[in-house]
Amino acid sequence: MKTNIEPPSETPPKFSRRAFIASSAVVACTGALVIGFKLYGPVHSGEAPYNAGSPFDSWIRIYPDNRVELVLAKTEMGQGVFTALPMVLAEEAELDWSRVSVVQSEECTGTGGSGSVRESYLPLRQAGAQMRETMIAAAAARWGISKEECFARSGNVTHRPSGRVLSYGSLIEHARRLPLPDAKAVRLKTSSEFTVLGKPLPHLDIPDKTTGRARFGLDARPQGLVFAVVAQSPTVGGTLVDFDRSRALEVPGVLDVFEIKSRDGIRQVAIVARTTWAAIEGRDALKIRWNPGPHADESSEAMTASMKASFDKPPEWTWPTAHATRTPIGPVKQIESVYEYPFLAHTPIEPMNTTVHIQRDRCDVWTPTQDGQGVRKTVAKELGMPESNITVHVMFVGGGFGSRFNRAYTVQAALIAKQMNLPVQLVWTREDTIVNDEFRQCGGQKLRGAVDSKGNVLSWSCHIVDTSIAGPWGMPPQAWEAPDLDIFLYPIPDLHYTYSQIHSAIKRGAWRSVSESFNGFVLESFIDELAHAAKIDPYLFRRRLLASDMPSAKRSGQTGALTPKQQQAQSLLAVLDQVAEKSDWRSPLDKGRGRGIACWRAYTSYIAQVAEVTMTKEQFHVDRVVSVVDCGQVLNPNGVKAQIEGGCTMGLSAALREAITIRNGVVQEQNFNRYQLLRMPDTPVFETYLVDSNRDPGGIGELGITLAAPIVANAVFAATGKRLKRLPFRLDEASL
Amino acid sequence: MPQYLLQINNATRKVEAQPGMPLLWILRDLLNLTGSKYGCGIGLCGACTVHVDGEATRSCQVSVVAAVGKQITTIEGLGQNGLHIVQQAWIAEQVPQCGYCQPGQIMSAAAFLATNPKPTDAEIDDAMAGNLCRCGTYFRIRKAIHRAAQEMQS
Repeated sequence: MKTNIEPPSETPPKFSRRAFIASSAVVACTGALVIGFKLYGPVHSGEAPYNAGSPFDSWIRIYPDNRVELVLAKTEMGQGVFTALPMVLAEEAELDWSRVSVVQSEECTGTGGSGSVRESYLPLRQAGAQMRETMIAAAAARWGISKEECFARSGNVTHRPSGRVLSYGSLIEHARRLPLPDAKAVRLKTSSEFTVLGKPLPHLDIPDKTTGRARFGLDARPQGLVFAVVAQSPTVGGTLVDFDRSRALEVPGVLDVFEIKSRDGIRQVAIVARTTWAAIEGRDALKIRWNPGPHADESSEAMTASMKASFDKPPEWTWPTAHATRTPIGPVKQIESVYEYPFLAHTPIEPMNTTVHIQRDRCDVWTPTQDGQGVRKTVAKELGMPESNITVHVMFVGGGFGSRFNRAYTVQAALIAKQMNLPVQLVWTREDTIVNDEFRQCGGQKLRGAVDSKGNVLSWSCHIVDTSIAGPWGMPPQAWEAPDLDIFLYPIPDLHYTYSQIHSAIKRGAWRSVSESFNGFVLESFIDELAHAAKIDPYLFRRRLLASDMPSAKRSGQTGALTPKQQQAQSLLAVLDQVAEKSDWRSPLDKGRGRGIACWRAYTSYIAQVAEVTMTKEQFHVDRVVSVVDCGQVLNPNGVKAQIEGGCTMGLSAALREAITIRNGVVQEQNFNRYQLLRMPDTPVFETYLVDSNRDPGGIGELGITLAAPIVANAVFAATGKRLKRLPFRLDEASL
Repeated sequence: MPQYLLQINNATRKVEAQPGMPLLWILRDLLNLTGSKYGCGIGLCGACTVHVDGEATRSCQVSVVAAVGKQITTIEGLGQNGLHIVQQAWIAEQVPQCGYCQPGQIMSAAAFLATNPKPTDAEIDDAMAGNLCRCGTYFRIRKAIHRAAQEMQS
């Protein structure tokens, strides 16, 4: 879509009268009232706005027939923002939900880190409240009465004493002449007044996703489209020696074969054809030679060896943590464990792709991206074109999980389109998509812990040794590897966390939940080990630890005295207690079955889960997963439950199936024949319960994935006494 | 290039293609029927599933030559008279997340229910094991298939 608004060139404060008038100047041509605003809130509040050139990235459009469109600067990739975020607007603006729709903004901001709701909640509520109050003021002015006698509901303003009603659509002309109230001072509704938020509403994007009508990146079909693939080095850091294009050009349908070279000097070969198939056939026929480059000796075995060697050396980094001693009660048990986790591929089912059309000084990009503005910057830089000449049409994303921050294919598509006078769709085949992915970090953690007979954990030390993902961001390697030690909710008087890096040239990146994906596994498995070492039920062990730092209810008499950390521990305790109850934790299970429990806090949300497994011949099946989630104010329980079920399923897939291995610098698992994903027969039954809460909403997109591995490992231990410490799980290597 | 006549969604379509070109790319790149999705190209993800003479088939594994003379139905042609009962069930159970694999899931489910109108969980799991979903919607797919089966009974 193309927005109709020319934002003013000055950078006025958000929602200023000047901005309002300028943005509503389109009324004459469309009849709509338009309010522009910017989506970035508490999570990124410390940062400068992403697109400094424009004061807006999102708009509300109100039409005379009462339709309302939210032009939204977030990517929909299945996480439900195209429903949850307009619900926030509808709530605060008092809209008729059946008349609300979403339009993709071309100013799409970074979508990730379970941050969309947290970043957008306040800006959307403020913009919605501004709209509501302006409509009330417009109606009052038209009636010549006081605003206080009016209220807004379902897209109408009602005069309470007389019962007269005016629709928002009929108030556009009046509203346009009024100043917007100050966003920071406008009254926001209290949660007790909510009528939309908290309802399990159907997702707005789902009907088109059942008919084939939804347009993903690969479905971009500009007039005259041609298709391309790129021949890329099979090893990371490999370089092009030479190629002979004659055989490729003989393939029917192949239009051209040529070298592309990016600004960072990477040389590759593009094959452009009338169909994707012909382009792939052309690449198969291409004679090409690669210099394997300096990393052709990389292997997973060598990385594992490097990890094991580092465990016995002094760490490269030590986090500052508390080191107190505590007098043990009864005998003390010391345990030591090593946990390991492999590289993981994102493998969304839509392979990586971008479509680019360059016409003179104008460039259109159609792409399934988690960062539309980032794509525009990248393309501008690569083509030497001003950003203002580039339009990024963000398509539905056929699975994100962190993979759609990758720009390598966007650069390639731009370079190919530059040489073609036609729109070009670059497709990475499944093999390209896996081989050139930025993998989840691999490595391991060596832990030592001491626990007394009462379940007090006296000490806990953890040496993390992994490949890190921080390099490309210029951050120190340990930046995103440890659990959040500031909110380590199990009180441990003597806590050590250290880090050493495994050096690798294999590309790494953010994989759904980033470090939570392995820290959840390691931490919640090791706690379970300590519980069993102390011979205390794993639920009660966690419960006692979380409660041990809490002032006794008898002594304090009230919860108001709790510190923030104690409040967090209390919230975690609450979901833990509920999951024990909902899963019937204490009820006996048949022989060969087991239950595992775990709890976690991330993205300011809390989750506790219980898995039930049944041991089969040489293997096991996960039958049931019960989840209790406290994500603060629930926007849409339908969407939250979907994220918990789906996240946990993806976590189970990683726990039971997935690993990328490297040999001679080459990725060994290049398609779904070797990179196995979980399939329906291995999917458990889910029961998901949401806690009522008025806290500002927390993130849920990545929460559900964090505990899949430990609940299964803990359940298998309960059933067999075998502890699974290496991902993906293999029962035959589990230690007794 | 050779020409072929194909029966797609109850219409005859003429295409020019190499004999070995898979039906998936005929649909997507020549006929603009983009509802059938490319996911792996080796028949292991199911995103490209269509019906060939009523049977769920990976269109990336069927050459255009092999498709001649067959009745081909894609997601675009499934609900000829409004939404198919399976599509309705998908909406009722709120199945899709990213949605990319869902046309293939729906085509597999529709063909399966046509031959097994009262399936058990295990039969559903077995029938749907060839369709991958990275968002993890399998649990809701199972529920949607049961719902569609019930709707078909009544």
